[in-house]
Amino acid sequence: MTSRSAPKQTLQTATACPECDLLVDGTTNSGHCSRCGARLYRQGRHSLDNTLALACSALVLLIAANAFPIVGLDIQGQRIETTVIGAAVSLWREEMGMVAILVLLSTTVLPLIELAGLVWMALPLRLGKRPPGFSWVFRVLHMAHPWAMIEVFIMGLLVALVKLTNVADVFAGAAAWCFGCVMLLLAILHTIVEPRDLWQAWEEAEQ
Amino acid sequence: MSGLQAIRTGTATCLTCGMLGSPIPRPVCKRCGSSLHFRKPNNIQRTWAYLIAAYVLYLPANLLPITITRSIFGTQHDTIMSGVVYLWHSGSWAISLIVFIASVVVPLLKLFSLTLLVISVQRRWCGEVMRRAKLYRILEAIGRWSMLDVYVVTILVALVRAESLATISPGSGVLAFAAVVILSMLAAMAFDPRLIWDPLDETQPKENVK
Repeated sequence: MTSRSAPKQTLQTATACPECDLLVDGTTNSGHCSRCGARLYRQGRHSLDNTLALACSALVLLIAANAFPIVGLDIQGQRIETTVIGAAVSLWREEMGMVAILVLLSTTVLPLIELAGLVWMALPLRLGKRPPGFSWVFRVLHMAHPWAMIEVFIMGLLVALVKLTNVADVFAGAAAWCFGCVMLLLAILHTIVEPRDLWQAWEEAEQ
Repeated sequence: MSGLQAIRTGTATCLTCGMLGSPIPRPVCKRCGSSLHFRKPNNIQRTWAYLIAAYVLYLPANLLPITITRSIFGTQHDTIMSGVVYLWHSGSWAISLIVFIASVVVPLLKLFSLTLLVISVQRRWCGEVMRRAKLYRILEAIGRWSMLDVYVVTILVALVRAESLATISPGSGVLAFAAVVILSMLAAMAFDPRLIWDPLDETQPKENVK
């Protein structure tokens, strides 16, 4: 082992590729691992203002997306509408509790946690303060991220609409558009939120 | 080539926050507090466990009905495949193709590729390293799309209720299918892609590893 002889400073600027374990210089690198091509970080620093603005608007839209019906059905003048929570409740009533929880978690709860967590971290950092429980929130977001699946849900919505057009008049509710916008905002957020920059801001902020 | 792996210097990168640190004596990241290991603990056993469970559930997921439609014309049981066929015949072939890829191709591809990756790592293969690394990256990205059918069923069940001419209830196939998707995602997360590169570094001449 050569770890004891390695100077401490190089260990701090250097990082290792999470996919192939290659040691790479964290400052001069192109942002990709030189061996396996995995993305290590994104170049160019985006301001916390962008993150805050996008996360706040997505949060408002996500709340609206759960308050209004996502899809409706028109059968001989009779309208049937449902919200996401209503859809989960009807699954629950059909003794599909596990699936209902899964749907609710992946479309509502986890995206909500993700966005609220981002605001929680970015707002105090923007004001130059360290947010309480920063590392805990960061870890929760890291765990929640793969399970938030709004984009897949939108696609499912589309398929369900196509299936039902043969049977009845269907219409997309206000929440469908809200979900669509949340999906776009989340996609932009994922390209501008760089964990490395968040931690740097955290280190620079006063305790 | 400066192919020095972090494990050779006694350090490991934190998979949560990316900070390089030493997992010895305490396997905890100094910055974010996540657990820190050279390689994910018991990764091969855990990947196999999730994979086998997913394979077992794959059959009921495809054979059992995912929706049961009751109307005045009778009761109809639909599996994932019959849903794809119905969409194809009703003329929405683009949507039918999307559902087919998301619900049939992706889960199978994911299970088979991950099995291949685990076996290749256990046998310590040195060939096709780059391709295997890319395969893993693709697997991680596409796995979530299999949830598509679960959402379709959710919306159908919520909308086509007793007030209308027909009712749609979820079949037990949905539960099995959702479990397959989750288990295959967990399997991909349990796998450690760094193992693909490990045999390569061990065959390198010593002078590269200073």
